[in-house]
Amino acid sequence: MRRATCITGLGAVSAMGVGVPALWEGLVAGRSAVGPLTSIDASGFGAKLGGEVKDFSAKDHVPKHYRKAVKIMARDIELAVVAAKEAAEHAGLITRAGLPEGQTTGTTYPAERMGCHIGAALIAAETVELTTAMATAVKESDGEFDLQAWGGAPGGKGAMNNLTPLWLLKYLPNMLASHVTILHGAEGPSNTITCNEASALLSIGESMRVIERGAADVCFSGGAESNINHMRLARLQLAGRLAATAGDDNGGDVPRPYDAASPGTTPGEAGAVVMVESLECAQKRGQKVLARIAGFGAAHSPPPQIPPFAQRRIEPDEGLALSILAALRDAGIGADAIDAIVPHASGIADVDTPELGALRQVFGTRLKEIPLITLTPNVGHSLSGQAGLMVAAGVMALTTQTLPGRLHAGSPPPDARAEKSSSRSVNLRYIVVCTSSLGGQNAAIVLSN
Amino acid sequence: MAQQRVVITGMGWVTSLGHDLETVWSALLKPSSGVGPITRFDASTFETNFAAEVKNFSLESILGAKAKEHAGAGLHSQFALGAAMQAWKQSGLAQFAGLDRRRMGIYFASGEGPLDFGNFARTNLASWKPETRTCDAVAWATKAATTLVAEREVEQEPNLALTHLASAFGCRGPAFNCLTACAASNQAIGEAADILRRGDADVMFAGGAHSMIHPLGLTGFIRLTACSRRRESPQTAARPFDATRDGFVMGEGSGVLILETLEHAMARGATPLAEIVGYGSSADAYRVTDMHPDGRGARAAMELALKQAGIDARSPGKDGRPQVHYISAHGTGTKENDRIETRAIKAVFGDLAPRVPISSVKSMLGHCIAAAGGVEMITCVLAIRTGVLPPTLNLHNPDPECDLDYVPNVPRDVRNAGGVDVCLSNSFGFGGQNDTVVVRRFIA
Repeated sequence: MRRATCITGLGAVSAMGVGVPALWEGLVAGRSAVGPLTSIDASGFGAKLGGEVKDFSAKDHVPKHYRKAVKIMARDIELAVVAAKEAAEHAGLITRAGLPEGQTTGTTYPAERMGCHIGAALIAAETVELTTAMATAVKESDGEFDLQAWGGAPGGKGAMNNLTPLWLLKYLPNMLASHVTILHGAEGPSNTITCNEASALLSIGESMRVIERGAADVCFSGGAESNINHMRLARLQLAGRLAATAGDDNGGDVPRPYDAASPGTTPGEAGAVVMVESLECAQKRGQKVLARIAGFGAAHSPPPQIPPFAQRRIEPDEGLALSILAALRDAGIGADAIDAIVPHASGIADVDTPELGALRQVFGTRLKEIPLITLTPNVGHSLSGQAGLMVAAGVMALTTQTLPGRLHAGSPPPDARAEKSSSRSVNLRYIVVCTSSLGGQNAAIVLSN
Repeated sequence: MAQQRVVITGMGWVTSLGHDLETVWSALLKPSSGVGPITRFDASTFETNFAAEVKNFSLESILGAKAKEHAGAGLHSQFALGAAMQAWKQSGLAQFAGLDRRRMGIYFASGEGPLDFGNFARTNLASWKPETRTCDAVAWATKAATTLVAEREVEQEPNLALTHLASAFGCRGPAFNCLTACAASNQAIGEAADILRRGDADVMFAGGAHSMIHPLGLTGFIRLTACSRRRESPQTAARPFDATRDGFVMGEGSGVLILETLEHAMARGATPLAEIVGYGSSADAYRVTDMHPDGRGARAAMELALKQAGIDARSPGKDGRPQVHYISAHGTGTKENDRIETRAIKAVFGDLAPRVPISSVKSMLGHCIAAAGGVEMITCVLAIRTGVLPPTLNLHNPDPECDLDYVPNVPRDVRNAGGVDVCLSNSFGFGGQNDTVVVRRFIA
């Protein structure tokens, strides 16, 4: 008998604000938090709108003794750390973070039974920080960067010394999990999955498997990423994934999921962490179960060319279909049992079309009866963090038996229930959360109440 | 359903000492060092100006005409493709007509792709405003739009090596990439084995590929004071467990294994090279900069892996030897790692610790970071299959805190001393993630 797993806590930092209540309230109200970018002058980029987390610093959320460490946290890490804190508290867990400094007893679980799987991106170095140092090693002759002045040996007096010694640690993808494990004293299995949009779902799937095989009882699980920085905006723009927007647009016009004319997606930033827990352990400690994780599946679809830019694709994404079918099989249910879907819904037409094809393959003509929960029009796209938000929204829909409002300014095909709508009460038993990714990795989970 | 046994049926690597199993293995047993001056960029004034670079590598010589489909692949992806093709050929899967590619997945540990450093630097500098010491975002974006090359930027995504591999071999099953720094490949091998054990796939590619031999990668580690600065003597700079060690030497490359359920391997008449029998993952949860002083996480990873393998580390086997016959140490050559790893091994093996041969091939191949665990798992399997242990090179001055048997400087032929049946491989990451894998001689 495999151990059943469930979700007992949710944490999210998104453009709607800090916390799952802010996210859910905004989604139910059908509000868009996408607006003109303020933390960066985006007038030189194609995309001038985004889903930014405003007035946010992890300093306001970590224990006093840990505030200094925020200095070596890239934005992505801050987002993950704050989301993890909310998830643990929501799950009623006492971790090291909730104990007086130095105290090691009194936690809900022994340290080695707590795992951590937080998906992450290739974190972009902060431009000002790095350039401030790089500008001290420029050749006068041609203005080019001077590697010899940067190194400066022998003697070690090179310009690279203008970088803080711990500079690298700020940007290693595994530092999201590292800080979370340190703060909460989670000494069990720990991983950092880096598959772009699929990172968070693959991480939640791995937490499920780790608990199933008995290697942990509870895991921090999800993902985080900020796209609101020079390098990420440039890369996404070069890859053809961002809609060009004007700075004075209101949010809500883009992205337009499953509209064949949608011009691309909108950048965002988010951290989303859920507590995945053994059902038996959660029940034993009398903790409210928010949702069961009934099944997980993953599969790969080779892109037509590499590197995999947004490109004209019309055929169904076979890997996405296979991952949903694997998750359904893992849950022991058929496609007819699914009451709602939280799909990737990026608003990149050449990604949406194959995804919709995959949904048609799995759900057939019944697809037009299954409501979709779409997030990108509300909060933008945070890539490695996005699927974590999708799971949080899915769990909230299950626990409140409510479909959030949906924003949409375009015309999705009639069998894709992505049109503009208000929130409403529904009966939900099983929902699927699924995503494809730039690179071809796909993942799906089945949640049930 | 009973859990599946997991065997290795193919292996391949690309390292600083060569690009095929035999060449690298004989170089390790010679022993020789793959370390030399950095040629990939002008590192002449870097305090560490040497590394174990892959030399004379041509993807076309391994992939043939197929190499064209991966013409824009980042260097690490090229290493991965080269290593995976060797593994694929050895596995014989290409000749197996019944292969279901939806049951063939991949769990990889790729690092970031090569930064397009020149254009990156130009873009940053174009935005610099010395008067205010700020960067002008508009100038940055304008320069980026005309300077950065889309293909090179996308190739840096950490999941791209995985994408190249899956495309080259037609993997349609579960696909993951993890990047737990230096522990990543071991984690990939362990999790891939679990996917096979539960029956979610029949075949998994596992391993890693990485190169941090680029200006910012090297800068980052130099600033952390993690790299050896023995500029006068690069080939003896990597000296794990030696009292005079002063940091690791950067390596690069790829190690790829093909894992398969025993049932699937047997049904197609494949020869298992070895069996994956244990995997443990843990976190130090201590500090981002330091390992736990008692090696708490390292110890936990080893104990979990041994427990899954059904091995009692503190009891000798029937032949009177310790039940683990070789430990491929994380053995980076930093002051901290080697001391703490030694302490953790002693805690796990108790009185038997001095009798377990340990070595670090990082003394010869440098530290391949995310790829290290893949490369080192292959050395474990070759140790099992040949009965010879690769040495720890450059170990001449014993450190009182590192007082175990590190197979110093000379390979050890143990064929007449019972051979090698069980190996344990350690990988510990910056930031505290630890992974251990136990591999055993395959016995039906």
